[in-house]
Amino acid sequence: MAVMTYLEAIRETLRQELRRDDRIIVYGEDVGVRGGVFRVTEGLQAEFGEQRVIDSPLAEAAIIGTAIGAAVNGLRPVPEIQFSDFIFPAINQIVQEAARIRYRSNGTFGVPMVIRAPFGGGVHGALYHSQSVEAFFAHVPGLKVVIPSTPYDAKGLLAAAIQDEDPVLYFEHKAAYRSLKGDVPDERYLIPIGKADLKRPGKHVSIITYGLMVSYALKAAETLDKEGISVEILDLRSIRPLDVEAILDTAKKTGKVLMVHEDNLTGGIGGEVSALIAEHALFYLDAPIVRLAGPDVPAMPYSPPLEHAFMVTPEKITEAARKLAKF
Amino acid sequence: MSKNSITKDLQKDMYYHMALARALDDRMWILNRQGRAPVVYSSNGHEAAQVGSAFALNRGEDWIVPYYRDLALVLAYGMTPRQVMLHLLGKAEDPNSGGRQMPAHWGMKERHILTTGSVVATQDIHAAGLALASKVLKDGRVSVAYFGEGSTSQGEFHEALNFAAVHKLPVIFFNENNGYAISVPARKQMAVMDIAARAEGYGMPGVIVDGNDPLKVYEVTREARERALAGEGPTLIEAKTYRFVPHSSDDDDRAYRSREEVAEWKKRDPLITFEKHVLDNKILSQAEHQEMQKKIKDVVNDATDYAEQAALPDPKTLGDFVYHQ
Amino acid sequence: MAGSDALYGLGLDTTKIETMYYYMVLSRALDERMWILNRQGKSAFVISCQGQEGAQVGVASALDPTVDWVAPYYRDLGVVLYFGMTPREIMLGQMAKAEDPSSGGRQMPAHYGHKKRHVLTGSSPVATQVAHAAGMALAFKIRSEAAVVMTSLGEGSTNQGEFHEALNFAAVHRLPLIVVVENNGFAISVPQSKEMVVADVAAKASGYGMPGIVVRGSDPLGVHQATSEARNRALKGEGPTLIEIKTYRYTPHSSDDDDRSYKTREQLQAEKDDDAIVLFRQWMLDQKMWDDEREKALNQRVRNEVDDATDYAEAAPYPDPATLWEHVYHS
Repeated sequence: MAVMTYLEAIRETLRQELRRDDRIIVYGEDVGVRGGVFRVTEGLQAEFGEQRVIDSPLAEAAIIGTAIGAAVNGLRPVPEIQFSDFIFPAINQIVQEAARIRYRSNGTFGVPMVIRAPFGGGVHGALYHSQSVEAFFAHVPGLKVVIPSTPYDAKGLLAAAIQDEDPVLYFEHKAAYRSLKGDVPDERYLIPIGKADLKRPGKHVSIITYGLMVSYALKAAETLDKEGISVEILDLRSIRPLDVEAILDTAKKTGKVLMVHEDNLTGGIGGEVSALIAEHALFYLDAPIVRLAGPDVPAMPYSPPLEHAFMVTPEKITEAARKLAKF
Repeated sequence: MSKNSITKDLQKDMYYHMALARALDDRMWILNRQGRAPVVYSSNGHEAAQVGSAFALNRGEDWIVPYYRDLALVLAYGMTPRQVMLHLLGKAEDPNSGGRQMPAHWGMKERHILTTGSVVATQDIHAAGLALASKVLKDGRVSVAYFGEGSTSQGEFHEALNFAAVHKLPVIFFNENNGYAISVPARKQMAVMDIAARAEGYGMPGVIVDGNDPLKVYEVTREARERALAGEGPTLIEAKTYRFVPHSSDDDDRAYRSREEVAEWKKRDPLITFEKHVLDNKILSQAEHQEMQKKIKDVVNDATDYAEQAALPDPKTLGDFVYHQ
Repeated sequence: MAGSDALYGLGLDTTKIETMYYYMVLSRALDERMWILNRQGKSAFVISCQGQEGAQVGVASALDPTVDWVAPYYRDLGVVLYFGMTPREIMLGQMAKAEDPSSGGRQMPAHYGHKKRHVLTGSSPVATQVAHAAGMALAFKIRSEAAVVMTSLGEGSTNQGEFHEALNFAAVHRLPLIVVVENNGFAISVPQSKEMVVADVAAKASGYGMPGIVVRGSDPLGVHQATSEARNRALKGEGPTLIEIKTYRYTPHSSDDDDRSYKTREQLQAEKDDDAIVLFRQWMLDQKMWDDEREKALNQRVRNEVDDATDYAEAAPYPDPATLWEHVYHS
């Protein structure tokens, strides 16, 4: 057991997995000599060689396309897209190829591949280094999408994603890389994909969220606790597939649901979660479901006041949860 | 490797697969016109390029990543006429996709034929990825991507060739240049005469070959395969050929090319010229030829009957294979 | 460095030469100030033109900013200054202030865009602008306008599918496009040898049926000449040209990078010995077009402009949070 940052947990898991299974390769732009622009892959090429930790040319469609071919032919590729914002040149490869290969070949071929990509804002990344892109992929059957919220989860979800037989998108929040620290066991363990985690039990309001927002919601819960408002926090961990049972359980328990994500409001995961609750637990609700999310502007602006206006913060969560509790 | 070293038996087998592909293809068009097959994509005219290259590979071991025009290729690679017809008619037993994809979207793992989508040039990158795995696993396989000249305008073509060249991958990029991307002639597709000219920009050899001569195609593919296995990296082969039919059964090629042009190319129909070659050189006797024609007719009839009687997929399988199961 | 023959062959007068030198010096000075502001915590991010000024000013000076357009990339401070963006405008973008003409403080610094100055807005995914530039050139061709589009990118970006797609498109349609590859040898940390097999990006041009030219960035007059010829070809309807400029990046990729892990200090010093600004000044001195007094005056002028731009931008207001919602759609 060691205390690690979110980033270190990802790096050490990659190292442990690369040691465990020779079929695993890591590649992407600058992941080798440079160790990645965020240093997630630092030291991996030195340990595992240029053959398994590869600096690729600058071409996202080629990165994902070759990963598909390599996966089909017996490797376990873990490609990195340098920023989730740069995933779009490869979207054809991900959505129309990786996600459909099993289905269209009647189960003959599969693509065991993990696409790692840093996402999220609040880091002066502006329109093209801040995006939350998970909803695009959560819409696609055939893909799985996981987003860890703690160093512990980062390790267990990454190992599970690498072990999975299907393409998994593994999104890492840039602001979490160095700000989140926690205990991480040394031994390998798996966190099942598709299972949510109750991060904090409570009585009055349920906050359903994922990724960096889990730690923000925990801060909000502490503030509200002093005011006598007991907040329950459900960390989705996987946004495709969703853990419907856990979502309905918490909604039924508190009767008041606040859905939080940094991704744009419209078409975001919050809409899907709300629909599930409306369909299956409507008469347990004591208040309308509330969604707190990134506003519907194309992406996060650079300038500090604009960026702050976009970001979901612990304060905004506190305010929304308080209002909901008093409904 | 000279032509003479290609054995008579091999040439006989090449001719059989070319003739089989043409006959099966002709039958597909009949089924289409009878309303029994919704759409047909043809290899008609491309048989020499496809069969010539397939025979130069370790069939069933080397990976091929075909495109929709590659009927003769997949037949030469071991897909049976029954399996082709099951795919055409969208039957449950279709080994390519269980009836999920449109016809001519080949894929058969046990024969090392990678499954393919409809968006062109995506397969170029997959072939490079297959070859990357072969390089890492040292499994002695090469991978071959097949594609039309129009798809070379896609970014993925560029990215795949660059990637393969940088990593010296055992892969062959095999272009079947028939001069038309559906209706768009090559001169509107690119400002160069030859696809092969692009190879230089990636630091790999670019080879032009007469795509209507299966023996020449066989030779250049052999050489490219040997280069790949020797660790010398990828080769771009451009086989100049022609398609004698419209792009698909939904197309009408009279709108974009003259009958005179088609007639001119038909003088060089690879099936006729190669038939002359095998008969003139006594590779195939007249009696053997007739016997082969009868066998092909029987095989095509059998495939048609079998596929027509085969069951359609159960609607309940709609939800199958979204994930590993 | 080109001699006087080349100079007179280009038809450049001393004023033009001095103007080119001024923009190179101004680009370097502004860039250096950005790094100071970054290290002082006053500017979150810098991405530099240092080492590429000769390439950029050489190209821009051969274009006509009144009719031509540029679709630059993030390193092109020299290009956008030559095209008329002012030091104040640059610094406003650098500090993400409301008045920033590139994006009103929405984008990261160096994501230039200025409609009035014929600078197309750019994003961060590389090589997307090459396709945009081809599209702009198509419009010029369709409207029979006597104008060209210059787009630039690093050598790493030439591996993107969009580079290929755009060059092929431009060649097929014989568009008035100049594609400039500022080859500084590194895509962030990845050296050219791991990016491509060929020694020259220009070798890719023949595959599209267009000329591919190689010039040295430390020779701004040579760059100018190559660009002029490409522009003439484009205006005559002879189609696009690919120009590869061999140049250097004297700084890390950005203020968040550290280049010591992938570039030796010896290599950096060798690159600095081939600095276009130093060589150009020496050449001007040799030609008796320049002297210490003028150098001093120029430096003073540039310093004043950089100070003024810094002060102006620092004092300028941030955007009103209410503007977050603006420009989502046409209004």
